[in-house]
Amino acid sequence: MGELRRAPHEVTRHAVLAEGRARRLSKQVKRLDRVIIRFAGDSGDGMQLTGDRFTQESAAFGNDLSTLPNFPAEIRAPQGTLPGVSSFQVHFADHDILTPGDAPDVLVAMNPAALRANLGDLPKGAAVVVDTHDFTARNLTKAGYDGNPLEDGSLAEYAVHALDLTGMTVEAVKEFGLTRKDAARAKNMFALGLLSWLYGRPTESTIAFLQKRFAKVPDIRDANITAYRAGWNFGETTETFVVSYEIKPAPMPLGTYRNITGNLALSYGLIAGSVQSGLKLFLGSYPITPASDILHELSKHKAFGVTTFQAEDEIAGIGAAIGAAFSGSLGVTTTSGPGIALKSESIGLAVMTELPLLVVDVQRGGPSTGLPTKTEQADLLQAMFGRNGEAPVPIVAPRSPGDCFDTALEAVRIAVTYRTPVMLLSDGYLANGSEPWRIPELAELPEIDPAFASQPNHQTTHGEGDSDMTAEFWPYLRDEHTLARPWAIPGTPGLEHRIGGLEKGDGHGNISYDPANHDFMVRTRAAKVERIAESLPPLEVDDPGAAVGAGAKVLVLGWGSTYGPIGAGVRRVRNAGYHVAQVHLRHLNPFPRDLGDVLKRYDKVLIPEMNLGQLAMLVRARYLVDAVGYNHVRGLPLKAAELAEAIGNLVAEAEGIEVDLNALIHATTGGDDR
Amino acid sequence: MTQSTPAHLGLPVVRSGIELVPTLEEGTPALSGKDFTSDQEVRWCPGCGDYAVLKAVQGFLPDLGLRRENIVFVSGIGCSSRFPYYLETYGMHSIHGRAPSIATGIATSREDLSVWVVTGDGDALSIGGNHLIHALRRNVNMTILLFNNRIYGLTKGQYSPTSEEGKVTKSTPMGSLDHPFNPVSLALGAEATFVARTIDSDRKHLTAVLSAAAEHRGTSFVEIYQNCPIFNDGAFDAVKSPTTRDEAIIPLVHGEPIRFGADGSRGLIRDTATGGVKIVEVGDAPDQVSADDLLVHDAHSPDATTAFAISRLTDAGRLHQAPIGIFRQVSRPTYDDLARDQITQAAAAVNGSPSERLATLIGGGDTWTVA
Repeated sequence: MGELRRAPHEVTRHAVLAEGRARRLSKQVKRLDRVIIRFAGDSGDGMQLTGDRFTQESAAFGNDLSTLPNFPAEIRAPQGTLPGVSSFQVHFADHDILTPGDAPDVLVAMNPAALRANLGDLPKGAAVVVDTHDFTARNLTKAGYDGNPLEDGSLAEYAVHALDLTGMTVEAVKEFGLTRKDAARAKNMFALGLLSWLYGRPTESTIAFLQKRFAKVPDIRDANITAYRAGWNFGETTETFVVSYEIKPAPMPLGTYRNITGNLALSYGLIAGSVQSGLKLFLGSYPITPASDILHELSKHKAFGVTTFQAEDEIAGIGAAIGAAFSGSLGVTTTSGPGIALKSESIGLAVMTELPLLVVDVQRGGPSTGLPTKTEQADLLQAMFGRNGEAPVPIVAPRSPGDCFDTALEAVRIAVTYRTPVMLLSDGYLANGSEPWRIPELAELPEIDPAFASQPNHQTTHGEGDSDMTAEFWPYLRDEHTLARPWAIPGTPGLEHRIGGLEKGDGHGNISYDPANHDFMVRTRAAKVERIAESLPPLEVDDPGAAVGAGAKVLVLGWGSTYGPIGAGVRRVRNAGYHVAQVHLRHLNPFPRDLGDVLKRYDKVLIPEMNLGQLAMLVRARYLVDAVGYNHVRGLPLKAAELAEAIGNLVAEAEGIEVDLNALIHATTGGDDR
Repeated sequence: MTQSTPAHLGLPVVRSGIELVPTLEEGTPALSGKDFTSDQEVRWCPGCGDYAVLKAVQGFLPDLGLRRENIVFVSGIGCSSRFPYYLETYGMHSIHGRAPSIATGIATSREDLSVWVVTGDGDALSIGGNHLIHALRRNVNMTILLFNNRIYGLTKGQYSPTSEEGKVTKSTPMGSLDHPFNPVSLALGAEATFVARTIDSDRKHLTAVLSAAAEHRGTSFVEIYQNCPIFNDGAFDAVKSPTTRDEAIIPLVHGEPIRFGADGSRGLIRDTATGGVKIVEVGDAPDQVSADDLLVHDAHSPDATTAFAISRLTDAGRLHQAPIGIFRQVSRPTYDDLARDQITQAAAAVNGSPSERLATLIGGGDTWTVA
């Protein structure tokens, strides 16, 4: 912040900003193309709420944005300690961005622990807004400081604004007669008000939010609103901040937008799948981080005929969903990796009984309990192979928070059309992160036909004549195109049948231990899943030079939430003047039919993943392509700068040229991260 | 007080377990046991008690007058869990221990189905114990038939959670160390609303209990003593043999004094010392109890304490004595009815087609338009 001094721009505004902007005109306003802010404090300080409000304000203003909430698994870790630090990073820009950013431009630290835990991520020159109130000897010791960093010169490389945010908050809200503790709790709103002033955020939505949230406790409501306004006014009047900033709205495709998290988009996608198929949604689920918000959200939407069953355990959750699917509902179960482990046998049952079922895995760090609140994508092989026997399951993965909506709908389409359980692999970053989402028109959504069986489908002969024929229902007689079996639900007369986990005879579906039949059925179940590839569109290969004969030699292949960092890394490489192609997979099983051909067009294939190379293993096994992994399992999204370096190295190797790695690191024009 | 029926307590009108299940159209011929018999060959061992139960169920189902397509049988894994294959209804032979959870999904998503779970002592009480107790506490509208043969049959003879202590089996050559579950006590402890016990070979009693279980709205839990002639033959001889059964069976009939033994020579009274019940000699002698002072069985008591005390009269070791009949039958709202009520309420509070409401939902929140 401090070093960015340019002539103030003429300020032109959205009408909605009139109030705030009019007052901001009294100071210099400088224009920036993008900013990354990280709010950090104790897990009880309301940093997630603060970040979320700032995000909503930025979304309403029209910036493109991307967020990264980061919080401990403990609800209230010991106050003032490093493990108790909770943070929320928001990256907002006047252009299209892909990630929450590698390194913050601004850190808001509400206590010593928050400063210490986050300082290492800041580049030199970054601004640090510190609430000095908690910088007591005791709290400094708790955070592991020997001295006071605000006084010992250790922060000399940063533009530090040391302010008694808590003290100013308490002073501002004293008219409401709150206890000191309650008064101090509004300090996050003071900080939000200050940052909102600094970046010219519209204030209406936050004030409306506070009015609604605390409607039943008027003094708390008024204190929070007052603290928020006081923070804004402090920015406006104090000498500490001589300039404020503006980040213009980003040009985006036409449409109506909202900011959305992955878990919310996924919940809406499931409801949309229910509406589009006419099937009632039945969710059987057991609470688990970071998937529980889907259970919470769906439980609010009973008016759509949604049943949410909070089961006694993970197994009962999927069991009930299978029962509901057998009965003609859209059966869904939601969980994270440990829950998938428990559900494995039941997923096998759904494979054997060939019932439509959605299994949502919001991945987190593993193995075992692992890192419950951190992100990872290390369940791909579990989704692929984590069952006894040959038990193929289609797998889809969203690439961004908003894409969770479309991917959920795609999972419903596959499950219902092919009568199969489908795994949807989201992750903790997508689940809690947010981005602007263009709200789709209903006409854009796919129609999904459950096509329940209503008639017998087979004639059994008892003798010679026509009168010796009996019409029967064969539950395993397949559609010749999709290889799907008929879905006959209880209540349909004449189609009474029994299914189960034992091997089925081809067609009639009765128990069969016949060796040839088992071999045939194993291959048929695999072939059915493979048939799904016929319904997939060709891959989108992003290789701008290919059309003019200057195609890349290096392809970066990804899946899931690494889409943003990969895209940002690829942009840097291109901005520095090099060629690289990008393909991102939504379908992990089956792979799109043209994937093999696409891979063979490139000399080198780089596969970045937040695991130790799971997609790479599948690709190498399937296509005999010598793919190179780029792997981190730090519980955080991949960093664009590091990815750019890895891509650059591979470009140098593939093209036999020198690649200026330094240029990659600084190639941020119109790009994403620093 | 033994007269506290639901009606006396001002409880909601007692609804039948099958009142929302479509019945056969008037004028259509009644179904028979043959109509409920599938074309699959029954593959239990000769002499298995499961045959008797299958016959009884096939013979009894037509009495319900329901449409065959609206009946669903779900089972887990074990000998008895092959049951659904032999019935011409909808059915699922699922995985070990999980039938109650699958049936919960069926019963909750469809009010128009009569849902049955067939399970065994290993399936329901060992690997599936968790699902069983939670189905019972939720009171999902289904009937659970627990075939208790006190042994693992399908895996060829290991001790089960109802096997007596010290039992010598393939996996316990020096005798089992496990203390067994009493399934009826367990069900009562899980606050089941319908708990009964019957015997595979007593078709009349079995049918009467099944009929009451189907009528009950909520989870009906029926323990069926079932003989395994291969791995645990004779486990229930005491309650089956004509020479011993009068002394062994303590018959429970709602509203009647609990009395048993040859010539009704024995009966139950409250044991004021323990708060439980005890067996006494009936008669006028000083050490006997008058028939008028015997405990009258009250299956409808809202308090399960006495039912639990009666269940404790079952031998935990080699069976010599067991109460048989309906221990408890009380009315409590079912999970599935309540879940559907919430959906009905929520749906009544909104307007517009699902598509219109979907558009409103996804278009809600703070939005902005790029024009």
